[in-house]
Amino acid sequence: MFRTLLALLQRDLTLALRRPQDGLTVVGFFVVVVALFPLGIGPDPEFLRNLAPGVLWVAALLAVMLSLERLFSDDHRDGTLEQMLLVPEPLGLLVLTKTFAHWLITGLPLVLISPLLAVQLNLRADEIMILMLALLLGTPILSLIGAIGAALTLGLRGGGVLIALLILPLYAPPLILGAGAVDAVMHGASAQAHLSLLGALMVFALFATPWATAAAVRIMLD
Amino acid sequence: MADRDLRVVDLAAERGERRLFEHLDFTLSPGQLLQVSGRNGSGKTSLLRILSGLSRPVEGDVYWGQERIQSVDGGTGSCLGYLGHHNALKEDLSAQENLLIAGRLGGGRPERDAVILLLERLGLGGYEDLPTRFLSQGQKRRVALARLLQQQRPLWILDEPYAALDVQVIEVLRAAIEAHLAARGMIIVTTHQAVPIDGDCHNLHLG
Repeated sequence: MFRTLLALLQRDLTLALRRPQDGLTVVGFFVVVVALFPLGIGPDPEFLRNLAPGVLWVAALLAVMLSLERLFSDDHRDGTLEQMLLVPEPLGLLVLTKTFAHWLITGLPLVLISPLLAVQLNLRADEIMILMLALLLGTPILSLIGAIGAALTLGLRGGGVLIALLILPLYAPPLILGAGAVDAVMHGASAQAHLSLLGALMVFALFATPWATAAAVRIMLD
Repeated sequence: MADRDLRVVDLAAERGERRLFEHLDFTLSPGQLLQVSGRNGSGKTSLLRILSGLSRPVEGDVYWGQERIQSVDGGTGSCLGYLGHHNALKEDLSAQENLLIAGRLGGGRPERDAVILLLERLGLGGYEDLPTRFLSQGQKRRVALARLLQQQRPLWILDEPYAALDVQVIEVLRAAIEAHLAARGMIIVTTHQAVPIDGDCHNLHLG
């Protein structure tokens, strides 16, 4: 079973490497959106610092959203998704593997580049640590929930906009918890409660969403 | 696994509000080929998708031996190979990579040499390492056929397998089909082209 899942993971990563622009667009979008904020609201360091957690998190989830449409649509278009339904493994696990690959390609780079943007928004070192930790726990949730939306809009015209409408409301909990964690540290409190809840949310998403996504894929391919 | 029948019981399918077919019953035994014919829109592809467990019928059931096709031990894919309208190839990967990955996804341990040999048999020698996006329609179809041959499933479900193939490959496919029937395999095929097959062939006309 692990060989099958490994083969799928390897395939998705190879494809991402052959077409690096997909992953790079997401990171580029994240950087540009965050960089635009100081230009729009002025260079006051204290003000930027207060906005930083929210700005970084909103930009991160918009960037992830941007990449969701392609999660299944490429495989749908060339028929490989159909063949995947015939793979003798539970579809939920295959979907989870694809979502993990999606996170490695989009979520992880966001986590890695976030310190750079946090410095730009005048966050301190300990706050940046918490920001990265929160993003590390939060971006998988974004991919996992997003996969449901991506599956539900398979083969629909204007799917990208529909994903945003379906999924953005569901992104509220990770946004509140993630931005709240950094906010707490900025105000001298502990971020532990926020991070614990974020972790719990990730575990829940990890077990619950793949089956919903798999069901959605089956329905859309029927 | 071997020597199980494919049994279709009182099958009905709809597309939108339109009933495509109903009360469809047949049994396919090892070594038999079923050719599904009918005009465009008569439900050939819908039938094939139901038989391969990709779609659910409105009424009726499909059985593989005693089990329903959706709940076969080891997954639906363990008993059948499906070749649909799409070739199901990744354009950025080479023919060889496509086959190796498809083989591993199917739970097998494909060997590089065997894959190259198979591609050569289908007239793709020298094209193994080219990304499939540079291949012609017919060549892509050949790679998809190679995947079907590699899977070695007892039941083949082929939707217009001859489309875009040249005479030479049609001959290769015909030979592969006859060999599969001789090895007590089963085949369900839709086609507009009449390709004579030597074996236990049956006809099903829809519409």
